[in-house]
Amino acid sequence: MSLRIVVTVKYVPDATGDRHFADDLTVDRDDVDGLLSELDEYAVEQALQIAENADDAEVTVLTVGPEDAKDALRKALSMGADKAIHVEDDDLHGTDAIGTSLVLAKAIEKAGYDLVVSGMASTDGTAGVVPALLAERLGVPQVTLLSEVSVEDGVVTGRRDGDTASEQLQAQLPAVVSVTDQSGEARYPSFKGIMAAKKKPVESWDLSDLEIDAEEVGLEGAWTKVETAAERPARTAGTIVKDEGEGGKQLAEFLASQKFI
Amino acid sequence: MAEVLVYVDHVDGAVRKPTLELLTLARRLGEPVAVALGAGAENTASALAEHGAVKVLTHDAPEYADYLVVPKVDALQAAYEQVSPAAVLVPSSAEGKEIAARLAVRIGSGIITDAVDLEAGDEGPVATQSAFAASFTTKSRVSKGTPVITVKPNSAAVEAAPAAGAVEALNVSFSDKATGTKVTGRTPRESTGRPELTEAAIVVSGGRGVNGAENFAIIEALADSLGAAVGASRAAVDAGWYPHTNQVGQTGKSVSPQLYIASGISGAIQHRAGMQTSKTIVAINKDSEAPIFDLVDYGVVGDLFDVVPQLTEEVKTRKG
Repeated sequence: MSLRIVVTVKYVPDATGDRHFADDLTVDRDDVDGLLSELDEYAVEQALQIAENADDAEVTVLTVGPEDAKDALRKALSMGADKAIHVEDDDLHGTDAIGTSLVLAKAIEKAGYDLVVSGMASTDGTAGVVPALLAERLGVPQVTLLSEVSVEDGVVTGRRDGDTASEQLQAQLPAVVSVTDQSGEARYPSFKGIMAAKKKPVESWDLSDLEIDAEEVGLEGAWTKVETAAERPARTAGTIVKDEGEGGKQLAEFLASQKFI
Repeated sequence: MAEVLVYVDHVDGAVRKPTLELLTLARRLGEPVAVALGAGAENTASALAEHGAVKVLTHDAPEYADYLVVPKVDALQAAYEQVSPAAVLVPSSAEGKEIAARLAVRIGSGIITDAVDLEAGDEGPVATQSAFAASFTTKSRVSKGTPVITVKPNSAAVEAAPAAGAVEALNVSFSDKATGTKVTGRTPRESTGRPELTEAAIVVSGGRGVNGAENFAIIEALADSLGAAVGASRAAVDAGWYPHTNQVGQTGKSVSPQLYIASGISGAIQHRAGMQTSKTIVAINKDSEAPIFDLVDYGVVGDLFDVVPQLTEEVKTRKG
């Protein structure tokens, strides 16, 4: 039987752009170009490798986001994913992590899955909780923050490098996996891949397709509320000296004046 | 007074510093009730009592070490049901965030992660967070259910505040999901004897300019003279010069020490995201145009191979 892999991806504002908040304190997506979150490229890569090593597998990329989020799906399709699902609904604007996990979980169940692969975090929200939330909601094992992953005979194994120890993990499918940026360089889409992606199917689902009430998601339905967002004041210009042989000593003098020594 | 549940991060009973910081924050919201799990849990009680825990709920079972995350979620949920707290605070480690997130879904609550400050508010705790590579500061609260909040290291001072710290055994029955992910092997990290990167008061980091794994010795020497942790930029880690566990930046650790010393690091957004909230920033770089100099309180334009050893010697001399 075919191994059904669903990769969750996020369309995020480019981190090198001038990111800021919109008037309703959601992430402004209009003024900064968006792209597939870099950390999700590792998820797509590992999903493709797992699929290549399986007898028969299908990789579906799934995103929840506005119209432009299709760009993230296209990128993943051009890397080699087979098909894509785009959950898009005006009522989703302002959904937080708990709400996003609800929508993703419903979509994953509707799509059908043996393995969910996610990145370690998004590059905009950076909370890194969605994979654990998905495992909780789907009621399947969580095998997260892996720097190495493989699937064989319905069992997923991987290595999780923590602060105090490196752990070997093992779970039966179906399961939710997340991979770190240490899991292996993501491939660049080939020209052929880019052309092929244009013909690959992208399904669009809205909240009613997933039987989710609008009240459960969006800014109004969010489980958290951002009350204020303020730009961090620019750091006041510091003292810069050119090393003319005494740079280390001058620096030590500064550190001593600040009571660090 | 309302009780606030605090999840304890400890190693065989030795409480890690971020948990003591959490107790400082928890006391702003109510009476801290600590939850300590796994081997050595009962040995955490005296340190927790000294820092304000009125009660310490403990439980040990092999499941905590043998299976990933879920047994701890089951236990924290049991503590939540026993205490009915006003808020649940968890250290913002990778595992802490996963535990907190799963608990939040189970109890129908919202979650805030990576808070850098917490204060009591009319409608519940208000959490301060950094956003967009720390270029913004937000204040948020949980608007549904009992607030579940994870807090980053170095977000508050550790304060002595003696309290009863009465140890109580927590009753935990594991769910059928608890044994879903088996830990089949564990290799402890070799201790470097240096402070934990995210907890350190001083961090000395090296980047592309260090130009080789062997040259990190001069970064380490400076760190050791200051009692600091060692960090590395993504460029240095990707080049294989220093371990990924020491990476500071968007895809590594985010640090907020009293003093951050960047050596041979240009200061790309990826790196700034992980260190911008440091109190005092110092940089040494050959390139006077490097963006890191926009952040510094003190910068030296020069060759790190001259400046860093001279600084190390001077620190040693001054410290005697």
